[in-house]
Amino acid sequence: MSVEARTQLRTAPIVVPTVHSDLVRRQIRLSYWLLLPSLLVVALVALVPLLQTIAQSFTNARLASARPVQFIGLKNYADLLTDDAFRHAIWVTVLFTLLTVTFEFVLGMGIALVVNSNFRGRGPMRAAMLVPWAIPTVVSTQIWRWMYHDIYGVINDLLVDKLHFLPSNVAWIADPATAIPAVAAVDIWKTTPFVALLLLAGLQLIPGDIYEAANVDGANPVQAFLWLTLPLLRPAIVVALIFRTLDALRVFDAFYVMFGNRADTQPMAIYAQQNIVAFSDLGYGGAISVAIFLIIAVFVITYVTIFKVEQS
Amino acid sequence: MTRQQKYVVGRTLFYLMLVVIAIYLVFPFYWAFRSSVTPDNQLFSTPVQYWPTNPTTGNYQLVLTNGNFLRALANSTVVAVSVTVLSLAIGVLGSYALGRFRFPGRLPVMYLILSMTMFPAIAVLGALFERISNFGLYNQLPALIITYLIFTLPFTVWVLTSFFQQMPKDLEEAAYVDGCSPLQTLYMVMLPLVAPGLVTTGLLAFIGAWNEFLFALSFIQTPDKQTVTLALVNFATTTAGGFEIPWGQIQAATVIVTIPLIVLTLIFQRRILAGLTAGAVKG
Amino acid sequence: MDLDLGVRRPYSRRGFLLGALSATTAGVLAACSQPSQPAATSAPAAQPPAAPTKPAAAASPAASPAAAASPAAAASPAASPVAKPAASPAAAASPSPAAAAGQFSASNPPPVQNPNKSFAGATVIYYGDGVGIGNDLDKATAQRFEQDTGVKINVIPRPQSATDTFAQYQRFFQGQSADLDVLMVDVIWPGAFAPNLVDLGPKLGDATKNHYPGIVANDTVGGKLVSMPFFSDFGTLYYRKDLLQKYNISAPPKTWDELEQQATTIMNGEKGSNPNFTGFVWQGNAYEGLTCDALEWLASSGGGKIVENGKCTINNPQAVAILTKMKGWIGTIAPRGVTTYQEEDARNAFQSGGAAFMRNWPYAYALGQKDDSPVKGKFDVAALPASSGQKPVGTIGGWALAVSKYSKNQDASIEFIRYLTSPEVQTYRAVVGSFVPTIPAVASDPNVQQAQPFLANLADVERVARPSSETGENYNQVSTAFFQAVNNIENGQDPGSVLPQAQNQIQRLLG
Repeated sequence: MSVEARTQLRTAPIVVPTVHSDLVRRQIRLSYWLLLPSLLVVALVALVPLLQTIAQSFTNARLASARPVQFIGLKNYADLLTDDAFRHAIWVTVLFTLLTVTFEFVLGMGIALVVNSNFRGRGPMRAAMLVPWAIPTVVSTQIWRWMYHDIYGVINDLLVDKLHFLPSNVAWIADPATAIPAVAAVDIWKTTPFVALLLLAGLQLIPGDIYEAANVDGANPVQAFLWLTLPLLRPAIVVALIFRTLDALRVFDAFYVMFGNRADTQPMAIYAQQNIVAFSDLGYGGAISVAIFLIIAVFVITYVTIFKVEQS
Repeated sequence: MTRQQKYVVGRTLFYLMLVVIAIYLVFPFYWAFRSSVTPDNQLFSTPVQYWPTNPTTGNYQLVLTNGNFLRALANSTVVAVSVTVLSLAIGVLGSYALGRFRFPGRLPVMYLILSMTMFPAIAVLGALFERISNFGLYNQLPALIITYLIFTLPFTVWVLTSFFQQMPKDLEEAAYVDGCSPLQTLYMVMLPLVAPGLVTTGLLAFIGAWNEFLFALSFIQTPDKQTVTLALVNFATTTAGGFEIPWGQIQAATVIVTIPLIVLTLIFQRRILAGLTAGAVKG
Repeated sequence: MDLDLGVRRPYSRRGFLLGALSATTAGVLAACSQPSQPAATSAPAAQPPAAPTKPAAAASPAASPAAAASPAAAASPAASPVAKPAASPAAAASPSPAAAAGQFSASNPPPVQNPNKSFAGATVIYYGDGVGIGNDLDKATAQRFEQDTGVKINVIPRPQSATDTFAQYQRFFQGQSADLDVLMVDVIWPGAFAPNLVDLGPKLGDATKNHYPGIVANDTVGGKLVSMPFFSDFGTLYYRKDLLQKYNISAPPKTWDELEQQATTIMNGEKGSNPNFTGFVWQGNAYEGLTCDALEWLASSGGGKIVENGKCTINNPQAVAILTKMKGWIGTIAPRGVTTYQEEDARNAFQSGGAAFMRNWPYAYALGQKDDSPVKGKFDVAALPASSGQKPVGTIGGWALAVSKYSKNQDASIEFIRYLTSPEVQTYRAVVGSFVPTIPAVASDPNVQQAQPFLANLADVERVARPSSETGENYNQVSTAFFQAVNNIENGQDPGSVLPQAQNQIQRLLG
């Protein structure tokens, strides 16, 4: 059989014919029962609080305040549209997302491919893969912040004193030009394992024979990767991309520990937190949250359209 | 270059790359370890010391004799294991339906579950806090177990759905022919096949729950209920005012917390490997 | 395409599921059945072994006679030879405890003066200091209070981070929770939390006469005394006296220009042996700490106090001048990274011997004098410089105690606060924990001066308060606008354009 034919795995879900036979009706009912626990959880911990937040965004509610809450319609949203700080926050977040998702995907793919093959020391290598992910973000960001230190940091020491790549110490965190790449590097270090693990799981489902057949047919490794591996990995890739993008758009911990409330490096989630907690402004904070949700939704819809997730 | 030479060069480059990747992944952790055995007064000195010259176990002693930290480890374990098991259980059921059956509302449900992750956590925090208090769960571990599902369930469902979708339907049809109900099919046939997906999502859910900070900070009040992330940032200081950061203890605790996770992974990875080579799909 | 169904499964599905289910059930049951008891504080033996005794000895270098005496004299009725005015705190003249040196140790808090036993049996939940020396002293005093009055105190350590603590209180107040009776509040919070706090004026108004008026004014919002001063803090200048000597500088700088000159001299001299040596470090990160530092710059140069009489005053020539001068320090006498430094970063730079001058709070003094500190014995503390013709200032920090409006034990709580803010307890905390007192008489007590030697030098420094009481609920927003503006200036923007914008922004917030 040709390579192409063999890759046509019959993986389509069971198609329900339009005439609903008994079995099919049972299956549909079963589906709903199977989904019930998930839906309950969603309703309880996500939907209801979300609706509450949305409702609050139309008011001038404040945290722990005795002032009576008033409905103010779309005023919060109007303020949001003219808010320079929020616009800057969007820009910071999108830049961060682009940097991290790209690098994480490339690096994760590389690491997954490497770890998937057979070699001595594979077990420890896989364990090493999880180290960044295992350390709590607040702590690992502190460690990196320390490594970035402009005087005592290891990175400056290596690049300037030991390897002489740079003429003098760089204030990685302080300098606006290097600040966002610096925090992106931390996030990339931390979550590449997440992407690598997902891709690895997908890689391990691909039967090895396919590559043997490709070899016989004269394909080189690069061709095999592009035309065999990538298409077969598509579901895993899409999931990894979607979730990494979602997480990157909502980034909070890394920026908070690295920069605090510095004006020029505030992503959207920190701006929301500042308004809700520090300024006790539930109404405006709620509006910011809804805006974040809408922006993220735009990304998700874009992904779905590009990748046509629900094919066949 | 002869084939032999090409092979050697290729292999060398490969191992070189492995070493680089390994260093990149592990170096900050080594740095944490180095800091944890360095006496405090030598931490901030130039030139930078790459190798600890006066190792001390003082920080580890402080951390381990501190009843709070050990209890926090126990609390975190309980929460993380419970969340993992719950999200796998709920997730498997849901993604089986989403991945193998067609029914009205399938797509909306998928996107509904995905939308759970589209809100920033800080936005739902206040409302969740009220809900938790109303149910009398404030300062109780189940509060965390339930709220962590908000981020473990969506990717569990999505990953497992894609795994289920990839399963060939021959097996399923064979099972039906043999008289199995859909649930029996799930239990006996499909579950073993999606094992790598289960292990991956389980591991990621565990670590996600283990490292969570914001909800733990908001829903837990007393030291005996703290999880590890809270305990990590609340180590004892010797001065007034709350400015001091007990860096040495934090590093020691980080090392203590990370090592079991690595060991766990080593164990699990072997299982994946064994399971897969035993049940791999053959062409 | 057939699957080999006869393959040996590496694990038993049934076993896995059963095991998982029982693990979860066990876990959830265990979690639910743990009685949710806040850390009980009655057990005197509840002192964790290694941690507290070490810091207690370290934190009060002068209390070694005390430590040597008898740290184990826990239950001995403290032979308190204090002939204090009984229940009339109005006699504020000199309630100085003339206690013998052997009186002060962590486990030996002073007894309650005129204990009010009418609330015996009540339980008060006290959200006190974070884990560490503060928590230890909280537990000791709480235990003593219960012993003397029969009121049980549940001491809960607050999160180390002030911001996290603030958010916790917000949640409690939002839910009008009765789970909070007495709470420790940062000096900038009374304005924000005032609507949720009990007016302590009727019961504790007289006692406030003992304390610094500036701090009491800070704790009074709209005529209500919403919190009682607990301990204080203020900005100071740390300097390397050995280096000053080495370069023939006779005294620490009195003006900002002198600071610049002295720092430059020392830096030029030291750079040869230590290329990373820097002149001056402060808290330059974009956070509340920068508001403190910047307020000192402004107030010591005639640049105002950010908000005065309802008006934001930051856009004035003196403010522009001093901030321009400060901007010039970055990259010259201060490292470029100083714009990311918080308290610990600055302290680490100074304590490791890498800086000539540092602006920081008093807490760094004890740490710098520890035996393993590279600068032990080589530094001292002075008032911050001022522009010529102006007086030196220090921003007020510290914490106060308040009672939640939703508490079910308000009167018992007030009695506890009366005890904690009494001169006796303040002396005890000052000597054992190096907490800066809020009572002038306590600050001049010889025992306290021995434990905190720098207090004598700084008695005359004017303490300035951030405009938290004035701005009330809006303080955080005002402060954020201010420190973001200053941080932008630090990072290179021109004060002439940043300050007017910030002033408008803040003025809009003030209405």
